[in-house]
Amino acid sequence: MRGHRQDIRTLAAAFERQNGDKMKAISFDATNALCGSILTAVGLFFAWQSFGLELGTAFRMGPGYFPLLLSVVLTVLGVIILVQSARVHHEPMGPIAIRGMLFILPAPIFFGLTVRGLGFVPAVFFTALIACFASHRMKPLWAVAVSLGLAIFSVAVFSYGLNLPFERFGPWVRF
Amino acid sequence: MDLFSNLALGFATAGSPANLLFCLIGVLLGTLIGVLPGIGATATIAMLLPITFQLEPVSSLIMLAGIYYGAQYGGSTTAILINMPGESSSAVTAIDGYQMARNGRAGTALAVAALGSFFAGTVSTFLVALFAPPLTAIALEFGAAEYFSLMIVGLVSSVALAHGSVVKALAMVALGLLLGLVGTDIYTGTPRFTLGIREYSDGLNFVALAVGVFGIAEILRNLESEKTREVLMARVSELLPTKEDFKRMFAPVVRGTIIGSALGVLPGGGAILAAFASYTVEKRLSDRPEEFGRGAIAGVAGPESANNAGAQTSFIPLLTLGIPANPVMALMIGAMIIQGIVPGPNVAVEQPALFWGIIASMWIGNLMLVVLNLPLIGLWVKLLKIPYFVLFPIIMAFCSIGVYSVNSNVYDLYAVAFFGLIGYLLLKLRCEPAPLLLGFVLGPLLEENLRRAMILSRGDPTTFFTRPISAVLLLIAAIVLVVVFLPSVKAKREQVFVEED
Repeated sequence: MRGHRQDIRTLAAAFERQNGDKMKAISFDATNALCGSILTAVGLFFAWQSFGLELGTAFRMGPGYFPLLLSVVLTVLGVIILVQSARVHHEPMGPIAIRGMLFILPAPIFFGLTVRGLGFVPAVFFTALIACFASHRMKPLWAVAVSLGLAIFSVAVFSYGLNLPFERFGPWVRF
Repeated sequence: MDLFSNLALGFATAGSPANLLFCLIGVLLGTLIGVLPGIGATATIAMLLPITFQLEPVSSLIMLAGIYYGAQYGGSTTAILINMPGESSSAVTAIDGYQMARNGRAGTALAVAALGSFFAGTVSTFLVALFAPPLTAIALEFGAAEYFSLMIVGLVSSVALAHGSVVKALAMVALGLLLGLVGTDIYTGTPRFTLGIREYSDGLNFVALAVGVFGIAEILRNLESEKTREVLMARVSELLPTKEDFKRMFAPVVRGTIIGSALGVLPGGGAILAAFASYTVEKRLSDRPEEFGRGAIAGVAGPESANNAGAQTSFIPLLTLGIPANPVMALMIGAMIIQGIVPGPNVAVEQPALFWGIIASMWIGNLMLVVLNLPLIGLWVKLLKIPYFVLFPIIMAFCSIGVYSVNSNVYDLYAVAFFGLIGYLLLKLRCEPAPLLLGFVLGPLLEENLRRAMILSRGDPTTFFTRPISAVLLLIAAIVLVVVFLPSVKAKREQVFVEED
């Protein structure tokens, strides 16, 4: 929320600035330029994929008709954002949670890869452990303690309590 | 009278011991997660959604509704105590609520918020019960063309009420619609946009998308800069408002309820608008306008009531038409579809116990909030002190378990990571995710009705303009779209979102 409000405030400021001294040089708002290009690219990708499907007619629309329509709309909107990025200026993007992305995003993927092989309990433990490292404040001992507690709690609630059909320990850890 | 026999059926359904228990669990869990700073109602519901899937449809929806109210209440608590609204609709509460807390009146502020919400909840539950059946009757007359146009109205309104750039919000709708089409085409069975992955032939998992875009993206944003939060007070005392307080909160609560009930029906997030409108009205009408911004009771009572009334009446379009009014309702639709219920006017006719049970449980949920949360406030304050770095591994583990438990499909977990990345990217690019989610839910419905309408009219697109109801709906959509692009409205709209601070 905070980010948005600041954006709008700087947006207003940018408008004032521009009306004051009518754009001296052409410069781009990096965020919007990026946003516009990504959306245009995604639109083109979907359009390209839609052409691989049967289009049909307006009377009997094929599987590709409506998606093609939407991709064209998305592409056009992307181009508009790209063009507008030369006019309106926002504040820069701000810090990016690189460490966060590095550890948070793999956590569910790891869970997906191991829940069948290792089983539910180890999968939960390692998923939590991976996520723990996303914060530089988390001490290793704490991380193990939190993950262990979480694994015990989850197996009690989901496996024994709610009776979800998870294998507690999978074939990889059985001897 | 029909209304009373219907309500009796509803209370009989919602009042069964099992459903009462699920409502209670929902309210408690919702508050528990909602109190955690930075996690709004949408993210809370997205995270807790999977645990309701094992239940009966009625119980599961009652529990979800409970989670929704709980999360909203939790959001107000953080707004008042740490000036950190979990949801944009409680952003207005933070203005005066936090000031009241700083003046040592945190307990009163929390009680006013709870009591105002309860009053609003009671009134608007009746409104839902009153207006839902006639609207359902109208909706039963709807054909494919009308449904198509109605969904266009919903999508356009979500654009109008989104933050920031209108063009970006429109692009988000288009992207959401496209993502919603991933999977097998219902008419021909052709796989679309699955990139050859067979596990996605049933479409992208809605829960995975919601958890990724709202839950994980939010965690990443919070990890950008880790700061220590300060909880304002060690103890919250003097919960009960004085006689004087009651006198000063009564009129704002009533006005807030009216405003909220009216605006909540609007598709696209009326609760936010309602809270803001109520604040403005109270400030205008107050004989002590200078108090606003420094801890005015009316500034908490009005918006909180409006907010809650809006949350309640936003069920009207969902229950009668199957059209979600906001992202939370979009989640509800997702839950209904997973439970095998097709949302729409038929629900009231075919499953009256479910329909009225949900309505009755709204009131029960609100009652539970007042009864439970005021005594439990000390516990919520303690929760606010849990450091964030302990919280998010827990959230991540529960998200993973939850998403996996929906279909036992490991590809859903890869989708969570993917949409987490997309959601964070959209945040960084200042694109609002709410229209995307709405588009995703409505995508398949929109296409189906478009194709059906075109077949019925033998390929004549004027059918949307020659059928009167459809024409009126499209006209409304066009007016909304024109209005948001008008320069004067555009400036005002930006001003509204700035003042929300």
